[in-house]
Amino acid sequence: MLRATGFFYRRRRAVDLFAKTLGIAATLFGLFWLAWILLVTLNNGIHALAPAIFTQNTPPPGGEGGLANALFGSLEMSILGVLIGAPLGIAAGTYLAEFAERHHAWRESVRFVNDILLSAPSIVLGLFVYTLAVRSVGHFSGWSGGIALGLIVLPVVVRTTDETLRLVPNIMREAALSLGIPRWKVTMQVLYRAAAPGILTGVLLGLARISGETAPLLFTSLNNQYWASSINAPTASVPVVVFQFAMSPYESWHALAWAGAFIVTVFVLLLSVGARAYLLRNRIEGAG
Amino acid sequence: MSALPTGSGIASVDEARSRARAAAETRQDAAFHWTLFAAAGFVLVILGAAAASMLWGGRQAFETFGWHFIVSDEWDAVGHQFGAFVPIYGTLVSSAIAMIIAIPVSFGIALFLTEIAPTWLRAPIGAAIELLAGIPSIIYGMWGLFSLVPFMAANVLPWVDGNLGQVPGIGPLFRGPPLGIGMLTAGIVLGIMVIPFISSVMRDVFQTVPASLKESAYALGSTTWEVVWKVVLPYTRSAVVGGIFLGLGRALGETMAVTFVLGNAHQLSTSLLMPGNSIAATIANEFTEADSDIYLSSLIALGFLLFVVTFVVLAIARVMLYNLARKEGR
Repeated sequence: MLRATGFFYRRRRAVDLFAKTLGIAATLFGLFWLAWILLVTLNNGIHALAPAIFTQNTPPPGGEGGLANALFGSLEMSILGVLIGAPLGIAAGTYLAEFAERHHAWRESVRFVNDILLSAPSIVLGLFVYTLAVRSVGHFSGWSGGIALGLIVLPVVVRTTDETLRLVPNIMREAALSLGIPRWKVTMQVLYRAAAPGILTGVLLGLARISGETAPLLFTSLNNQYWASSINAPTASVPVVVFQFAMSPYESWHALAWAGAFIVTVFVLLLSVGARAYLLRNRIEGAG
Repeated sequence: MSALPTGSGIASVDEARSRARAAAETRQDAAFHWTLFAAAGFVLVILGAAAASMLWGGRQAFETFGWHFIVSDEWDAVGHQFGAFVPIYGTLVSSAIAMIIAIPVSFGIALFLTEIAPTWLRAPIGAAIELLAGIPSIIYGMWGLFSLVPFMAANVLPWVDGNLGQVPGIGPLFRGPPLGIGMLTAGIVLGIMVIPFISSVMRDVFQTVPASLKESAYALGSTTWEVVWKVVLPYTRSAVVGGIFLGLGRALGETMAVTFVLGNAHQLSTSLLMPGNSIAATIANEFTEADSDIYLSSLIALGFLLFVVTFVVLAIARVMLYNLARKEGR
């Protein structure tokens, strides 16, 4: 057997080993931050958790209290966001996957814009909703917060609906259409049934994304120290309260901020991990 | 189509019924189609509407200050003078620091996940790195403020000041008091935040390289590194650049994490150790304090600038990513 032992051979081996070592180091570097951030959040959060968090409203500066109004506000606006973003997103995604095959340029430009919306800074969407729904009405409200969150859910759902429907085997469409069923019924009763796990995953991922979203709410729902009288009033949300309390000099506010951070992190991570696991178990048959 | 003569009354009633039904179905189909079309159009319109509304909201600032809005560093809320150079500079510098950290690390992670790690380890490690992307940005901000800032101030920045600060040429960048809060810390937090985005794109595109290409190179005696550097990377170059721009787009527009650790100071300083500001952080910090029309308009104008910059960066990213997808025939 020929064995190369020259200088160049050894140098190539050394470079290879060096690159592999750096690759492992980079991965450890990434995991190190993940562990540090999660440990700090979980540790501080668990110590700050108390039953009062769920029963009392946010306190005045330096006081004791809970996050009940903020938790309710977040829940309310997130549900509103999903109710706005999900149906629109499913409709637009269905159009892209099923009804636009003869309008190639138009379809690709919608996909392009949707991809940009997907990574557009959320603060910009918040400003947009501010000029649209706060300035014209004259006051901050839970409605406008929900609309801003809906605009963030929308591109996620469009993308996943589009991709999932394209995975549905053509034979299902053909079989249903050959029975003389109109297209809208084929879409609603055959395709959506096959694609339901994928679409649901998209909605859950969208929900996970808006649950920790702060920047757009600063200009739309603002904040509220009390229980919001209606969805038309400024509304507290957990992320905005966390922001306000963490930046403050008060110890009791810091503890509440950590509790809020803990709740948001656990909820978001469970939701995104759960959604992905659910999708893995319910993939469309025959479409990898 | 002309109706065929039918023999009995019953048949013609049936036929009329089925025709009415067919007509109804056609109408329903058309309505369904147009509803979906409108939703897709809505997606297309939002982006333009967002740009237009912010340009409209910021018109007063653009009209009053003209070019000075971009080149002036005077941000005086009392005297109603607004120049956005400091936040623009801060956004660009903190994103640059983030990319300097994130690009090599993401490449290393992608290398590890596609070539180095044993197969059973790839999925769990990949999922763990993607968890970083799932953590809300406000958590990065809190962790940055309460853990990273004290750590930097106590352990890292004195060393940076004492050593890098003395290097001729780049020295002034690294000289300053160890406050912890500042451009360098913000850049590090941003870098950690964009690592999962860049590395997952790199990993995904590295996996699209045909096995026959890589195996040919291995068969010629290439090392793993040579295969990655000379086969995988050239094949996926445009998509890798796309992934980097995707991360850059995230870094430019990131708000909450940066707001916590940047210090909100409208002062231009050479040192990366000093507090600064960014476009997004300025808007987030000062929006509710804006007490005059011109102040509010200036903040919305800042949002417009951010929108334009991120739009360009993200558009480049998408075009680069589509290039590889087209090569793949997808």
